[in-house]
Amino acid sequence: MPAHMSKNLPATSPSTGDPLSAGDSAGGRRAFGAKALALVCGGLATLTPLAAGVWMFLDPLRRRGAVAEFLPVTKTSSIPADGVPRQFPVVADRLDAWTGFAGEPIGAVYLCRQKVSGQVQALSATCPHAGCFVEIDPVERCFRCPCHNSKFTFDGRMVAPSPSPRAMDSLECRIGKNGEVIVKWENFYTGIAGKVPRP
Amino acid sequence: MSAIQRQKYSDPTQSKPGLLGQLANFFDDRTGYRALVHETLYERVPGGARWRYVWGSTLVFAFMTQLITGLVLWSSYSAGAQSAWESVYFIQHEMAGGWLLRGIHHVMAQAMVVLLALHLMQVVIDGAYRAPREVNFWLGLVLMMLVLGMALTGYLLPWDQKGYWATRVATNLAGLVPVLGPSIQQVVVGGPDYGHHTLTRFFALHAGFLPATLVLMLVVHLSLFRKHGLCARQPMVRADGMFWPDQVLKDAVACLAVMAVVLGVILMPALVAMLEGRPIVLGELGAELGAPADPSQPYAAARPEWYFLFLFQFLKVFEGWGASGEFLGAIVVPGLVMGAMFLMPIIGRWNLGHRFNIVFTLSLLAGIGLLTALALNEDYCSLWMDKASLAEADAFYRQTEGDSKKVAEVLGGDQTKIVAMQKKFAKLAAFRHSQSFLAAAAAAEVAGVRAIELASRPERIPPSGALELVRSDAKSQGPRLFAQKCASCHSHVDPALPLATEQMAESLAANLFGFGTAAWVRGLLDPVQVDGPAYFGNTAHKDDDMVNFVKNDLTDRDTWKPNDIEAVIAAMNAEAGLPEQALAEGTAALIEPGRRLIADTQRCGSCHAFRDNGTEFGSAPDLTGWGSRAWLIGLITDPTHERFYGDTNDRMPRFGQTEKESQIERIVDWLRGDWYRPRTAQQAVVVESSP
Repeated sequence: MPAHMSKNLPATSPSTGDPLSAGDSAGGRRAFGAKALALVCGGLATLTPLAAGVWMFLDPLRRRGAVAEFLPVTKTSSIPADGVPRQFPVVADRLDAWTGFAGEPIGAVYLCRQKVSGQVQALSATCPHAGCFVEIDPVERCFRCPCHNSKFTFDGRMVAPSPSPRAMDSLECRIGKNGEVIVKWENFYTGIAGKVPRP
Repeated sequence: MSAIQRQKYSDPTQSKPGLLGQLANFFDDRTGYRALVHETLYERVPGGARWRYVWGSTLVFAFMTQLITGLVLWSSYSAGAQSAWESVYFIQHEMAGGWLLRGIHHVMAQAMVVLLALHLMQVVIDGAYRAPREVNFWLGLVLMMLVLGMALTGYLLPWDQKGYWATRVATNLAGLVPVLGPSIQQVVVGGPDYGHHTLTRFFALHAGFLPATLVLMLVVHLSLFRKHGLCARQPMVRADGMFWPDQVLKDAVACLAVMAVVLGVILMPALVAMLEGRPIVLGELGAELGAPADPSQPYAAARPEWYFLFLFQFLKVFEGWGASGEFLGAIVVPGLVMGAMFLMPIIGRWNLGHRFNIVFTLSLLAGIGLLTALALNEDYCSLWMDKASLAEADAFYRQTEGDSKKVAEVLGGDQTKIVAMQKKFAKLAAFRHSQSFLAAAAAAEVAGVRAIELASRPERIPPSGALELVRSDAKSQGPRLFAQKCASCHSHVDPALPLATEQMAESLAANLFGFGTAAWVRGLLDPVQVDGPAYFGNTAHKDDDMVNFVKNDLTDRDTWKPNDIEAVIAAMNAEAGLPEQALAEGTAALIEPGRRLIADTQRCGSCHAFRDNGTEFGSAPDLTGWGSRAWLIGLITDPTHERFYGDTNDRMPRFGQTEKESQIERIVDWLRGDWYRPRTAQQAVVVESSP
């Protein structure tokens, strides 16, 4: 590269008298080449750390949360069959970047046992509006979110008018051999009409 | 100008410059700094210096304050899920002047938002955005967004419950941006869930990306401001002034006033404490620090910082709009408003447009003020609402369960009455909402104080972090665990409280408030109470031997003298060995006789095993170590064990089968009042003075 440039230099300089002006076509070409080359070289040099930075900065996109799995939450006998939901923590191993937690509460579900059928229903405690935890309102006998006042019935349906875009997220739930309640734990995107699980 | 000064120095009639002057000349020759300083200071201020021009300078000053305090905070802050709260705790409560530094940083951030609003208002009203200053106005808007971004990211850094839960809501909203939203959220949060990388990223944004960008933009903003000169307020009645010292004086006074307000906000609680004669705790001044962030423990009083409260409230405006409502409220409308602000310089080319801009800005600020007031009113209204006026509606609500059909029925279908009642119901709901917010806020404050108490134990914080401390704390976790595991049968309420009778009547088993204390045993041995709801009244043991014994044998004054019963009480209480009880005077002497009475196979010992009295397990619970930690853990783990109720056990589950040992221990410790208590200054003195 320097050899090429030094070969050109003496040829242009005397003819124009001013090496910086791009008056004649040869000088113009030379100037264009230099400009383009300068941009390419400088650009490449700068882009390298930038690209490396962006590469690492976007690493979180590769990370996936816990795969939806069936977790034992409690025993059927712990849920009073009075149709009033009770909150239970969901315990599982959790990974926070480099720190691994064994058996940590990772979320909460509301379990409700019907008076007559005895069927158990599981609802995620996370409000589908903006992700706060909904609470039980014992007086009005409903779920209420302490953040933006979304209201839901005990079976998770929306009570209009509500800022929430959808009903509470129900979770798949089955009863194990020894009466343990096993819930398929999943997180869903908040603020949208559809119940879309997070990756 | 530098040339003129050089001339002065080279004037042969003048004496030669001193050493300092020579040094100054040396640098000026090589840098031309004199010209630069002169240019900076001797700027003409058309129409003279004015107070209304100070806002920009106060903002620069506020930013410099944040830079200084922020860098020093950085020198002691550690971004990590198990170290952020801990390091902030250390700064706030342990380091010399940490409370002041953090307080200034925290309060100045809020002052900055106010100053931004004032600066914006002044610029719009004076029309300082019009040609040729459009680009500088746009830069100003970008600077504003950068400052707000720094405020938002800074809120999370202490990693306490408040910041954690408020930021969760904020980042969930970022996920609503079309197409890229979920990815943006994941990149900002640093992964699928909140943790180390949320903190490291927010910290990098807060202390790196955002302020670096801000400094660059600020340099351009200021040089453009100098290039265009000050946009003078018309008409100019006074003579032109100079930036130095006329305007600088006003600016400096304004900056000092801002600093004074900031210090005032920080020190006000100290002043109040002083006037009320309470001791001043420096760590409690300045910025507060709540309990450490707990992803499994929701924080019902989560609110953004007050200057973002209007956005929070704005989301409620779109009630019933479904998914589009949140998208409109969180993304579209704020985006449109920002867009309109960017268009101001274009709109302002016409006189009418300028007026529109002023009205737009003022109504925007008024709207923000209104939304903020609404949000505050929703949360705090129960403090000033008239409770008495709601009593009727409350009773009516309980009667009808709020069911519209029942309401119509009871009110005889009178439409006006129904509408009036529904209005009252709405008021009632607002009142209760506010009450639960205040309760959550109060609970959060208690949790925060307790976390700090635990962190300042002599052992300090374990490597697993302060959350571990909080989670294993019987005092704070006990009530929560009791509510989850025990409260479906047992009550835990001070019998002296007005609502105690009602609560105990609803329970299915004994009231465990004060279990192990002399008062509790005294109630058990009271013939009136023993088959009441506080003891066996609501259990299968209602008509059992114990109840009979207390009602018939114990009331026989010939065999059981009053002093005998007191002795049994003292002995039982001693058996429990509660950690925080001072023995009542004279009771120590009663313990031994009491033990003999309990062991006596003609008395308690006829059913109960006690120490070596030879009574077999099975007929009644073993009273050896009754109420002690080990005894209670044993009972809760397996009440059907022959040492306890055996096959006469009522409905109490064998918790050892379903619960972790640590949870049972925590409940037991809480029931027994066995938790860490900081020694008060007085106690500490006593202990230190004793050899």
